Amino acid sequence: MGLTSADFEVVEMDTDLLIIGGGMSACGAAVEAKYWAGDDIKVLLVDKAAMERSGAVAQGLSAINTYPGWTRDENTIEDYIRYVTQDLMGISREDLVWDMATHVDGSVHLFEKWGLPIWKDAEGKYIHEGRWQIMIHGESYKPIVAEAAKKALGEGNYLERVFIVKLLLDEKEPNRIAGAVGFSVRENKFYVIKCNAAIVCTGGGVHIFRPRSVQEGLGRTWYPPWSTGSTYAMMGQVGAKLTQMEVIFIPARFKDGYGPVGAWFLFFAAKATNIDGEEYMVKNAPEFEKWAPYGTIKPLPTCLRNHAMIVDMREGKGPLFVRTDLAMQEIIKKDPKRVKTVESEAWEDFLDMTITQADLWCSYNIHPEKEPWEIMPAEPYFIGSHSGQGGAWCSGDPRISPPEYCWDYKGVVYNRMTTVNGLFAAGDGCGGNPHKFSSGSHAEGRIAAKNAIKFILNNRDFKPTIGDVQKLKEEVLRPLDTFEKHKGYTSVPDINPNYIRPRQLLHRIMKCMDEYAGGVSTMYTTNKPMLEKALQLLKFMKEDSEKLAAENLHELMRCWENYHRIWAAEAHVRHKLFREETRWPGYYYRSDFPRMDDENWRVFTVSQYDPASGEWKMEKVPYISIL
Amino acid sequence: MPSCVIWEKCDGCQKAERTACMYICPNDLMVLDREVMKAYNQEPDLCWECYNCVKICPQQAIVMRGYADFMPLGSSVIPLRGTDSIMWTCKYRDGTVKRFKFAIRTTPEGSIEPYAGYPPMDRSKIDDLYLYSEPDTLMGKEIPLPPSKK
Repeated sequence: MGLTSADFEVVEMDTDLLIIGGGMSACGAAVEAKYWAGDDIKVLLVDKAAMERSGAVAQGLSAINTYPGWTRDENTIEDYIRYVTQDLMGISREDLVWDMATHVDGSVHLFEKWGLPIWKDAEGKYIHEGRWQIMIHGESYKPIVAEAAKKALGEGNYLERVFIVKLLLDEKEPNRIAGAVGFSVRENKFYVIKCNAAIVCTGGGVHIFRPRSVQEGLGRTWYPPWSTGSTYAMMGQVGAKLTQMEVIFIPARFKDGYGPVGAWFLFFAAKATNIDGEEYMVKNAPEFEKWAPYGTIKPLPTCLRNHAMIVDMREGKGPLFVRTDLAMQEIIKKDPKRVKTVESEAWEDFLDMTITQADLWCSYNIHPEKEPWEIMPAEPYFIGSHSGQGGAWCSGDPRISPPEYCWDYKGVVYNRMTTVNGLFAAGDGCGGNPHKFSSGSHAEGRIAAKNAIKFILNNRDFKPTIGDVQKLKEEVLRPLDTFEKHKGYTSVPDINPNYIRPRQLLHRIMKCMDEYAGGVSTMYTTNKPMLEKALQLLKFMKEDSEKLAAENLHELMRCWENYHRIWAAEAHVRHKLFREETRWPGYYYRSDFPRMDDENWRVFTVSQYDPASGEWKMEKVPYISIL
Repeated sequence: MPSCVIWEKCDGCQKAERTACMYICPNDLMVLDREVMKAYNQEPDLCWECYNCVKICPQQAIVMRGYADFMPLGSSVIPLRGTDSIMWTCKYRDGTVKRFKFAIRTTPEGSIEPYAGYPPMDRSKIDDLYLYSEPDTLMGKEIPLPPSKK
C-alpha cells in the first residue's frame, strides 16, 4: 500500500499572526512582528523549505539593488519615485514605493550590523554599482537575514518544510481571513492553522512560461524554480484584488547561464553589439521615441532596453554580445593595475548569485578579456519586487497615500492590507510597487508586520471559524488518494487515463503560456484571440487539476505548486486581455494594440475573483501621483 | 544532472534522520536512498544549481555536472565555505584554473541579537510610521512625507 490521506495526522494550531513564506519579506516580517508582539501575541512563520536558504536569495546576491541612501543624503525619496515610475513606463503605486523607500536604508543598515559585508571605499562609504545599487559580498546574505528572523521568532515559532497551499476565510464574518491549511513535505502531517491576521510572502512565479532551456536546463531559470505562483493564487482565490498582473519581467542576461550583466554594464562600462558590431541601443534609439515620454528620458526603462535587443533579433542581427573583451581591453589600456581586481569582481558577481554562469564560461573556455558572451532576453517571470509589478492591491497609509488608495477595517486603515480583511502582502506579493528587490522586500515585510500586529491588537476578540477540517484534508491530500486508487490500472504508473502527474501538467501550463500568452516562441507577442485561447486551455487544466496524482509527499508539493501556477497564469492572461495597449515593449507586445495609450491606460488594472460565484471582475483604477 | 553525489564519498550523513543536503535544498530535491545510504537528486531538471548542497555537504561528496542542454563536459566550480569567507576553484575545460576568495560574513555565526542596542518595544508607538530600530537605523533622521502631504 502506498501513501494515502488516511495515513495523515491532523495538526491543528492557533496563532495570532501567521507569516507564510520564509524569504526576504517573510524574514523582515518576522523580525518586526516579534518586536511589537511582546509576550502576549503569538507569531508563527511557515516556510516550505529551510529558512537558511529559502526564497529568491537562497543562492546569494552580489548587490543590493535598492539603497536610496536618503539617510546619508545621497538621494531624495522623490528621486527614487521618479526613477521607479519612469522604469515602469509611468506606472507605479508611488505611495507604496515612497513608504518602502523611507525604510529600506534602515533594513540595509541592519544587515550590515548583523554581519553582511558591504563593499566600501577608502572613506568608508558604500560602493555603488549604479545610483541605487550597492555592492556586497553576498554569498551568505540569506543565512544572515534568516538567522536574525529565527532568533527573533525563537524555536517553536517557525515551521520549516511545511507547504501552505490554501488560505481560509472566516465562516461567520464575510471577507475576513481566518487561517490556512497545508502539509509537511517530510512527515505525514496535515496542518490546519487558525489566525487573526496573515501575511503572504511566498515569492513570484517561475515555470509558468516555458523557459528557453527545456531538458536538464529547465531548472536554470533566472528566478528560482521554487517560486511557483502560490502568492497570487492563494490570495486571488479568497477574493483579494490583484493589480498589474500583466506586468511580468523579462530579464536580459548572459545567455543560458542567466548570469548578471549589471556589473559589466554599470561597473565595467561594457557595450552590447549585434553581428555588424553596432550597438543595438544606439542603432535603435529612434524606436524609443514611439514610447515618449518614457522612451526619451534617461535612464531608459528596462523594457525598452529589451525592446532594442528584440528589434535586432527580429531583423536577424543576432547573436548579440556583451563586449566583455572590449571593456577589459579598455581597462587594461587605461589602468593595467586594475585588471586583477576587475577579474575578481567580475567572477564574484557570478559566484555570489549565479554560479552556473561561472561554470558555463569555464566549460566553453571563455576568457572574457578575449572572447565575449551572448546576451539574451529570458522567458517571462512573475516578480512584483523587480522590474515587474504584479501582486495584491494593497492599502496604503493615509499619511503617505492618496485617500483613494486607502481602506479601513472597522474604522482603522492598515498599510499593506489586501482587500481581504486581516490579509497582508509583501515582497513579490504586494502589487504595483516594483523595484523593492531583496532589501525593499525585507522593508516591506516589516511594514506589513507592524500593521498586522496593530490589526491584531485592535481585533483581539476575534475567534476564527473555519470549515470542515476533514473535507479540507481530503481536498488537499486528494492527489495521494487518486494515485493510490488508480496506479494499478496500467502497466506503468506514468501513463494512466485516470490521472495526470504534476510534471505532465507543468509542461501543459508552460506550453499554453509560451504559445498563446506572449512567451519566447512568439517573441513575447500575443493578441486577443490568442489570449482567449489561453483562457480556454487553462479552464481545461483547472478541471484536470482535480485529477492530479501524487506518489509521495514531494510529488504532492509539486501538485499544489502547479495548481497555483494555473491560477497565477489565469490572472495574468485576464490582465493582459484587459489592457488594450502595448505599454511595456520588450516585456510583451499586443499585436492588436501595438502602441502605448497614455490617455486611456495610464491606470492600474485591478482584477477580483469572487469565491462565491467563481466570476472574475476587471476594473481600471485611476493613477494618482503623490509628487 | 546538475548536482550529483559521488558514491564513494557519501556516507548518508551516518544514518542521520535526514542528511545535510536534504535539510538545505530549497527545492526539496535531495533524498537519501536508505537501502544503500547514499543521497541523490530526485529531479535533476528542477535543480537551480544553487550549490547549497555542495557547500553544506560534510563529506564534500556533491559536485555539479553542468546542465546537459548547454554545457560541455570537463569544467568544475568547487566552493569551500568557511565561517567568514568562501574559496572558489574554477577549473576550465582547457585546464586553466582560477582561484578566488571572498568575504561572506563579518560576525560569528549565531551571534545576531536583532533587538540589542535598540529601545524596548513601546506599544504606544504602534501607530507611528517608525519601525523597530528606527530612527537609529535611519541615521536619526525623520521619515519624510511626500510633497502632496506636507
